[in-house]
Amino acid sequence: MKLDKLLSQHKNVLIKRWFDEVVRTYPVDTASFLKQQKDPFANPVGNTTLKGLEALFDVLITGMDREAVNSFLDPIIRIRALQDFTPSHATSFILFLKQAIRETLVKEFHDPDVITAFMNFESRIDDLCLMAFDIYVKCREKIYQLQANEMRNTTFSAFQRAGLVKDVPDEDVPGLRLLTPPKNGICNV
Amino acid sequence: MSDFPKPDQLLSDIDRKPPQMDWMDTPVTIRKGMYCYAANPKSVEYTHLPFPHQWNPLDEDWKLPENWQEILHEGFKVRLERFRSFKLFMDICVRCGACADKCHFFIGTGDPKNMPVLRAELLRSVYRNDFTAAGKILGRLAGARPLTMEVLKELWYYFFQCTECRRCSIFCPYGIDTAEITMMARELFNLIGLNIDWIATPVANCYRTGNHLGIQPHAFKDMLEFFMDDLEEITGVRVEPNFNKKGADILFITPSGDVFADPGTYTCMGYLLLFHYLKEEYGLDVTWSTYASEGGNFGSFTSHEMMKRLNSKMYAEAKRLGVKWILGGECGHMWRVINQYMDTMNGPADFLEEPVSPITGTKFENAKSTKMVHLSEFTADLIKHGKLNLDPSRNDNLILTYHDSCNPARGMGMFDEPRYVIQNVANNFYDMPPNTIREQTFCCGSGSGLNAGENMELRLTGGLPRANAVKYVHEKYGVNMLATICAIDRAALPTLMDYWVPGVGVTGVTEMVANALILPGEGERTTNLRGEPLPGMEDE
Repeated sequence: MKLDKLLSQHKNVLIKRWFDEVVRTYPVDTASFLKQQKDPFANPVGNTTLKGLEALFDVLITGMDREAVNSFLDPIIRIRALQDFTPSHATSFILFLKQAIRETLVKEFHDPDVITAFMNFESRIDDLCLMAFDIYVKCREKIYQLQANEMRNTTFSAFQRAGLVKDVPDEDVPGLRLLTPPKNGICNV
Repeated sequence: MSDFPKPDQLLSDIDRKPPQMDWMDTPVTIRKGMYCYAANPKSVEYTHLPFPHQWNPLDEDWKLPENWQEILHEGFKVRLERFRSFKLFMDICVRCGACADKCHFFIGTGDPKNMPVLRAELLRSVYRNDFTAAGKILGRLAGARPLTMEVLKELWYYFFQCTECRRCSIFCPYGIDTAEITMMARELFNLIGLNIDWIATPVANCYRTGNHLGIQPHAFKDMLEFFMDDLEEITGVRVEPNFNKKGADILFITPSGDVFADPGTYTCMGYLLLFHYLKEEYGLDVTWSTYASEGGNFGSFTSHEMMKRLNSKMYAEAKRLGVKWILGGECGHMWRVINQYMDTMNGPADFLEEPVSPITGTKFENAKSTKMVHLSEFTADLIKHGKLNLDPSRNDNLILTYHDSCNPARGMGMFDEPRYVIQNVANNFYDMPPNTIREQTFCCGSGSGLNAGENMELRLTGGLPRANAVKYVHEKYGVNMLATICAIDRAALPTLMDYWVPGVGVTGVTEMVANALILPGEGERTTNLRGEPLPGMEDE
């Protein structure tokens, strides 16, 4: 309880430190733009990131509703999944919060209750990081799917209009039955 | 066990922060997903461009001619002498930074070399080294560097991360048009066979058969006939367009993307329906051409000569058919070429008449010299004079916003006409925030020949600022349809929406017009042009 109170008291400082660390994953000129430009339409990356971190910070204190967490994490990861980051680089920013708390609340760590609570809190941050990785993978899969869809649509629609695509019932396709896994999992072939 | 790294070593491998060094020392890494495949040598050969060859941007060796530096130096020199604007753009930038954060690719990728000022500086540094006294004497101190292979790779990588959208140029106090710097850089690449295939092959196709996909005249006509069948099913009316009709009043030219790629095909069906209506009601005599079957001009991403060549066939066809003037469809860079370059390249088109709408009598003064009128202008004029019988409620299932396509917006100043049309054919329209529309519109991220599949990461990051504004009106007003007047937009934006704002579709403006248009003698319409039920007809 004491830790929650401390975190709430230092919320602004902690979020600022966390955000600063996240933008430092970008080149220095980019980082200053991401911090300075406040217009959400001129600077979607900086604003989406800051808004997301603020919401995630609250969620970490109040409790983790998976859907809510996803809705805050997704917009940040969706961007970083495209940018020039390795998977670890794209998702590890969640862990930067640990360091921000350690540095900000260093004087409070003589209290064993705070230390125990902080260890639990760190586990929540770890969980968040794992969720971030799940979202990252989904975003990457989406990118590949979009590429495949575009390729398919380009040729398929043209062929379809030209009357070159014909629906054939499954039973008329020789060998298709053999390729379809049986429902009971036992292959009779 | 001793082979395993210690925890500290493991962590040090996760490099969180990028290297802090001067841009000249930051090496270029060509990343998959950010570049387009190299041009097919056959396409380069077909248009007689120099050094067609097989190469791969990821390879160390780009298989260039031995004297490639000399070729580029000479090419640079010729262009500085030929284009005063290019020389000025190389000299007058004071690096004030006004453009730096205005590029959608910088905003989306976060890569400083995508700041327009720095992207241009990549080339300026070579200019200083080769053509200025200060650069020759002081070298790096004066911001100069020699054109090495590494530098060439950097130039190639970043000048194919610019869509020539010109958003940066409107913020430049000197009016430097970065798009024209990109055009020059790409001209230089073409001197040593370094085009990308998404440009080179459409150019070759367009030069040979008249359109990007290389569809031959009979197949082009077949496609339009499929649309005629669909339209008959939807409206009960058989439209009968003219093809290659000599002596028609007006020649209609649109990008071939409208004929072959969804959802542009619905826009194309819209054109057919609109022209049918105007023929029945007012006797308008429009013809399509199966030879000038492409409005898009990928030549403009290759060289001035290629742009001129491809543009000229539109006018040659207008001359052959003996039409009075040309009406142009919903295209992007076709309009930039017409509005900014055509007149001095192939114009003035004296053999055509100054465009006057035969229905309203309106003179299109702005097209006095090019003799080519934009369909949105033409349609807005018809609506203004009450010449179209419209039922906007047929679009009531849609909540629309409008994406100003870069070229018609910044390249010809067309902002109000498409909005006027949309607001007369649909009841629900909301604009996106002011700093993302009209002259400040954000690019789709796929223009200037970058709408390939292999550079998906580039397209999606470049499209982020546009998608971010769409997301805002989607969440605030429930916007579910993004209207636009460019074929590249119609091809690229559905994918962009799918990634960033699922639930928002993409349409051309004329598709909306055709949905609302009440045709003489039509049957009861139960679906829109996409075959989806009209509002209130869900149970039919």
